Amino acid sequence: MLEACGVASAEELFSHLPDEVRLKRPLDLPAGISEYEIVQYFRDCGAASAAGYTGFLGAGVYAHYRPVLVDTVVSRGEYLTSYTPYQAEISQGTLTTIFEFQSMICQLTGMDVANASMYDGSTAVPEAAMMAARATGRGGVLVARSVHPEYREVLATYARYQGMPLAEFGYHPETGALDLEDLERQINDLTAAVIIQSPNFFGVVDQVRAAAEIAHRRGALLIVVFTEAVSLGILEPSAAADIVAGELQSFAISPSYGGPFAGIIATREKFIRQMPGRLVGETKDSRGNRAFCLTLSTREQHIRREKATSNICTNQALIALMATVFMTVYGKQGLRELAEQNLAKAHYLAGKLPLRFSGPFFNEFVARVEDPDGLNKALLKKKIIGGLPLGRFYPELKDAMLLCATEMAPRKEMDVLAEVFSSAGVPSRLVFS
Amino acid sequence: MYPENFRYTKEHEWVLVEAGIGTIGITDHAQQELGDIVYVDLPKVGAAVDQGKSLGSVESVKAVSDVYSPVSGEVIEVNHALSEAPEKLNQDPHGDAWLVKVRLTAPGEISNLLSAAEYQSYIGAEK
Repeated sequence: MLEACGVASAEELFSHLPDEVRLKRPLDLPAGISEYEIVQYFRDCGAASAAGYTGFLGAGVYAHYRPVLVDTVVSRGEYLTSYTPYQAEISQGTLTTIFEFQSMICQLTGMDVANASMYDGSTAVPEAAMMAARATGRGGVLVARSVHPEYREVLATYARYQGMPLAEFGYHPETGALDLEDLERQINDLTAAVIIQSPNFFGVVDQVRAAAEIAHRRGALLIVVFTEAVSLGILEPSAAADIVAGELQSFAISPSYGGPFAGIIATREKFIRQMPGRLVGETKDSRGNRAFCLTLSTREQHIRREKATSNICTNQALIALMATVFMTVYGKQGLRELAEQNLAKAHYLAGKLPLRFSGPFFNEFVARVEDPDGLNKALLKKKIIGGLPLGRFYPELKDAMLLCATEMAPRKEMDVLAEVFSSAGVPSRLVFS
Repeated sequence: MYPENFRYTKEHEWVLVEAGIGTIGITDHAQQELGDIVYVDLPKVGAAVDQGKSLGSVESVKAVSDVYSPVSGEVIEVNHALSEAPEKLNQDPHGDAWLVKVRLTAPGEISNLLSAAEYQSYIGAEK
């Protein structure tokens, strides 16, 4: 290589660098080791620091079992391509799975139509808000503070650059559910969308119908967000919603430090032309056989850029396929049983802890604790990853922790967590204000 | 074919002005060129439209086309029947399937438009 560069030595190659910045000794690095030794090294590190822990963190990313079939299917070369092929003549397999995905999302959400997926739950929310603005011809957005705080940040970023006035309304300090009176006070005739989450960020199954009634009375649309898709296996679909926007990470998508995940948008048929993203429809080929193709593409930016409903011109096909395989493996009954297990585990754990809110919950809930960070440190010593200290997002909830128990939570660790909690003590000040 | 009392644009819209109110539609030639129409996107009552600017769009199985307003004014009525039955635009583009009615703000603009005879010779030339 030196010869190709036209220099005689490494010394000559770097001769243009000033003497004072040049290192005069060899780099302080250990000698090279074999690939086998590297793999072993990281195995040992993993065993020492990460193995054998039980987690009770939820807050938008959940620890669920991933059936082995999921990776078997998504690893197939036909699916594992660098880009999603949409050309109907060569892509019936991919298009069929997307159609299956859309159909199952419709069944779970009770909506008429679902798109081929969004990047994730957080970006699905502002896309749904913009969709509501187009459908109503209004611009204002009212979002509940009990929607995931990071989703609200993403929404605020979109709203700022879309010129959409954005305001927040509160939650009930006792139940953790929506403060419907605050919603009534703030909603007006410029409100395009009311955005709520259920189960909400505190885990509380919220008042979708009541919120829908208030929104619809003022001509606004109701957007219902979910972060925990497993809840759809047991909760009534949000039939009162106009748009459902959510995150499918719970459906066999591994946490992977926060992504990639897959989001969804589902809606009523009358809003279909305002919907962002890809949509696969069923049709017939030239021989009359059932076939699938992209449909209603005139909403998309590769057809009419300036009038497109969104700048999303793709979908999370491979990740959404994980969710599709998951839904297929579990089926309707299996998903219901899974949801019931989650419900039972979380309620077992919650029964041993001082709760902050009284509203009904699925697999997440808020517990009171004087020093959440100190408690988490104590739990780590027992190989338990505790909950999310809520003070980070809600200054008024400094003495509260969001906990989650899924089907993966063993009873023994739940009991240990409860013991550490009781030795930490409950905050003395009154919490039900 | 093309009513004498209408005025036409080169973008294939027509307008019939009566007592300061313009009824706007797309021409028979336009619907033929578009093919089966599946969706019509129209402005809301109260919206302002400008001559030569888009007031909505018509989607057929082949394409989506903007509808350019032949006159400036305020939308006072929208043909909601088209959202339920867009195919009417293929059946009766000069009659039942009008798109919007506007109150003209610049009636003099009519002189910029084509007569029936001029439009017919224009589409003859286009073909």
